Amino acid sequence: MAKASKIVEDVTVRFAGDSGDGMQLTGTQFTETTAIVGNDLSTLPDFPAEIRAPAGSLSGVSGFQLHFSSSEIQTPGDSPDVLVAMNPAALKVNLPDLKPGGTIIVNTDSFDDKNLRLAKYNSNPLEDGSLSNYNVIPIPLTQMTMETLKDMELSVKDKEKCKNFFALGLMYWMYNRPIDVTLKWLETKFKNKPEIMEANKKALMAGYNFGETTEIFTTRFEVKAAELPKGKYRNISGNEATALGFVTASLKSGLKLFLGSYPITPASEILHELSKYKEFDVVTFQAEDEIAGISSAIGASFAGALAITTTSGPGFSLKSEALGLALITELPLIVVDVQRGGPSTGLPTKTEQADLLQAFFGRHGEAPLAIIAAKSPADCFYMAIEASRIATKYMTPVVLLTDGYLAMGSEPLRIPDFEELPDISVKFRTDPEGFYPYLRDEKLSRPWAIPGTPGLEHRIGGLEKQNIYGSISYDPDNHEEMVKIRKQKIDNIANDIPELKVDGSDTDELLILSWGSTYGAIKEALRNARKQGYKVAHAHLTYLNPFPRNIKDVLDKYEKVLIPELNTGQLALLIKGRFLKDVIQLNKVKGRPFKVAEIENKIYEVLGGTNGN
Amino acid sequence: METKNLETKPKYTAKDFSSDVDVKWCPGCGDYSILAQVQRTSPDFGELKENIVWVSGIGCSSRFPYYMNTYGFHGIHGRAAAIATGVKLANPKLQVWVATGDGDSLSIGGNHFIHACRKNMDIKIVLFNNKIYGLTKGQYSPTSEKGKITKSSPYGTVDFPFNASKLADAAGATFFARTIDREPKHMQEMLKRAAAHKGLAVVEVYQNCPIFNDGAYAPLTDKTSKEDYVLYLEHGKPLVFGKNKDKGIKLDGLQPVVIDLNDGKHSVDDCWVHDEFDTDPTRGFILARFIDMDHMPTPIGVFRQVHKPTYDEEYWNQVEYVKSKKGAGDYNKLMYSVNTWDVE
Ligand SMILES: Cc1ncc(C[n+]2csc(CCOP(=O)(O)OP(=O)(O)O)c2C)c(N)n1
Ligand code: SF4
Repeated sequence: MAKASKIVEDVTVRFAGDSGDGMQLTGTQFTETTAIVGNDLSTLPDFPAEIRAPAGSLSGVSGFQLHFSSSEIQTPGDSPDVLVAMNPAALKVNLPDLKPGGTIIVNTDSFDDKNLRLAKYNSNPLEDGSLSNYNVIPIPLTQMTMETLKDMELSVKDKEKCKNFFALGLMYWMYNRPIDVTLKWLETKFKNKPEIMEANKKALMAGYNFGETTEIFTTRFEVKAAELPKGKYRNISGNEATALGFVTASLKSGLKLFLGSYPITPASEILHELSKYKEFDVVTFQAEDEIAGISSAIGASFAGALAITTTSGPGFSLKSEALGLALITELPLIVVDVQRGGPSTGLPTKTEQADLLQAFFGRHGEAPLAIIAAKSPADCFYMAIEASRIATKYMTPVVLLTDGYLAMGSEPLRIPDFEELPDISVKFRTDPEGFYPYLRDEKLSRPWAIPGTPGLEHRIGGLEKQNIYGSISYDPDNHEEMVKIRKQKIDNIANDIPELKVDGSDTDELLILSWGSTYGAIKEALRNARKQGYKVAHAHLTYLNPFPRNIKDVLDKYEKVLIPELNTGQLALLIKGRFLKDVIQLNKVKGRPFKVAEIENKIYEVLGGTNGN
Repeated sequence: METKNLETKPKYTAKDFSSDVDVKWCPGCGDYSILAQVQRTSPDFGELKENIVWVSGIGCSSRFPYYMNTYGFHGIHGRAAAIATGVKLANPKLQVWVATGDGDSLSIGGNHFIHACRKNMDIKIVLFNNKIYGLTKGQYSPTSEKGKITKSSPYGTVDFPFNASKLADAAGATFFARTIDREPKHMQEMLKRAAAHKGLAVVEVYQNCPIFNDGAYAPLTDKTSKEDYVLYLEHGKPLVFGKNKDKGIKLDGLQPVVIDLNDGKHSVDDCWVHDEFDTDPTRGFILARFIDMDHMPTPIGVFRQVHKPTYDEEYWNQVEYVKSKKGAGDYNKLMYSVNTWDVE
């Protein structure tokens, strides 16, 4: 019997289970396949901070959310349409997010007394009527997987482990996706474990066929390919994109890439990723601590490499002193801060935008440097290149802010041609004639003169230097002049970056001003609000220091300015202080990104329904 | 980056390595001697001037790079080894030296010091040990002896000192030598040996700070006493010291004992013969412990020199290996290494 196919525009699914259930893997596979089908997509993995929380416990729940669509989308979705819950704990933790009337696919086999107790359920939710507002599809996933694999010579444990692939197969059927991408992946992944490969393949196909034959499902859904700009695409996470952006910048500039870093969640993957690219002459130095990480990068920059250091909040704090050194020696250096929930160790696996003021002011002395921020996972690629361009052109440290949400989330990246990307050509000083270490060009940048160049031997360091000559100077007037020059140099970058663009018109009644990863949620909220007739404009800051030249003009055009941030108001403070502009704040500090609805509701609140319907 | 062929190396003199910056240490500071010996021996370091980089942390001693007419980087307190590591890894053709104080490298920079030793980075660390914090005006340092009275320890320190030779040895340094500011010839020899060593080399220099810790090494430098307090280490030679070469050191199991070579019971043949290249670190460690023991002379010279692959060499070998397997990297390979799809 052929089943009806229903076309839908977009779907949000969430896979949730115990940390040991392989949910991240299931989610990633679904994502890969969805990407190849040509949907626009956005993902959000969410896993516990503990590596192995007790099995079945509430703190051990691991989830992976994926939003896919036949039109352009910007976020992994506010609330899932479908929840795949592998155990009671996963159901309990994720149910509050599910859309009213949403579908729950549950593994009934795991709803035994022990697991119910671990999940702190007093009665079985599958039986007590508490799920009556949802479309519950109970399936004995474990049993069916065991049945499928009964003839295989594998341990019970190994067989049981395949149940996530059974579930994945079922979801592939439900959303009309091909299973061959995952079959192929299994073949390479388990090349050396043929039985495991076979078992997972069988489970996957059995899940798919179950969808086809069972009476439980009468409809399957279809999400057509999205109309995205023409080109070749790949799926990419923010951390991957950051890493590839730097390798690309290294190719563009002809400079050797040097990463000095110390592992920290959620930044470590940049280190992992870059460690793979030895054939690009990339140096990844896993240092003994973050201070050594940045210090080695400063040494490498002095020696002529494109030097970066990657970290997250606590590590960023440790780098402050050295960052001042890079700044006063006026060497190019990029610090990537993948922000996470703080303070201190805070919420290591959760996202936050609360290091903005640290990036601005987290150093002693007058120490301005360039700060830019990525707005989406794929944008991390471009921002890594941009950070490299600014650092080398202006001989300055650049802080690139991303965050846990961008780092772990993924979306399609249209792969640009190499030629499309900005030029980052770098010239080392080689001519000894008239050379001084702190000579300046029209941008106020000093020459990059690297060891190994005859005739340019010179000494630099953290002590204040005589302008131009670079010798140590304690002269009060010289110090003040140098402070001003270093500031002016950073301010000059404003002439070399795009103006702030406004999505909207001068007559809109509210301007949303944002930075970083809130971009996606704001864009979707904006679209919804406009559909409702609200007159809202949006401007997104990619460049935070210096701000774009025209920021004041933009702010002056609007009476009402709303700044949504995942902190208690850091950009708001800067805008108020710098431009004496009163702003409305929307702040969230829960370790989670904004939901579209939260921003939408704030818009409605601010505009008070005056121009909506 | 291309570097000039060494065969065309100019004939340098000490003057070529002297910068035009006024040297501003206190009169009588041992740092002057270290600077003079480095400048004197630099022509023998086997490297072009432009390929030599001096990196330092913070402290009196860390002003060193300014006075050398080579590339120089004056860093932040304690981090010189880490900065030097980046310089060397980014361009292995450079000869990288670190000038650091005992406070700089063993206190705030202790972590970087031991890890540089462990990794066998090909950098040379000249450790100026004056057993005091000079620049901050006289607080005890991690090498100050227990009970030391200083500005920050008016009743004497209650903490135990570090022994740089033990620390370097235990951390895996492949070269450790000790010398004294008042022994120019000896110091020159040590510096040249360090320059020639492939791998991490530590040269500890006992340096007098006449302002805050005058005479810390007086018994070792005083004409009348030094022969009884200093033990010159020479490869293949028995450990003999004393004014008339009348004392020797014998190993009794793992216990070093001083023997009288004139007592009729002992002769030079009983003495421990120094082997710099001993691959077993045990004896090196015993030597390192001498300064912690009463009645033992202070060894001066190369304690140990062993050969291990250096970090930078291994790193770049790995790069070459990966290139031979994968071919040189290019942009399209980078971006298309995963599943991709077309949007028409
Ligand atoms: C982060 C930091 N902490 C403290 C200081 C202050 N400080 C500068 S040098 C120094 C100690 C120097 O002693 P040592 O390394 O033995 O060098 P010396 O001056 O004796 O040559 C201290 C504590 C500093 N500059 N930076
Ligand atoms: S304080 Fe001591 S170490 Fe520093 S310059 Fe003066 S004498 Fe030398």
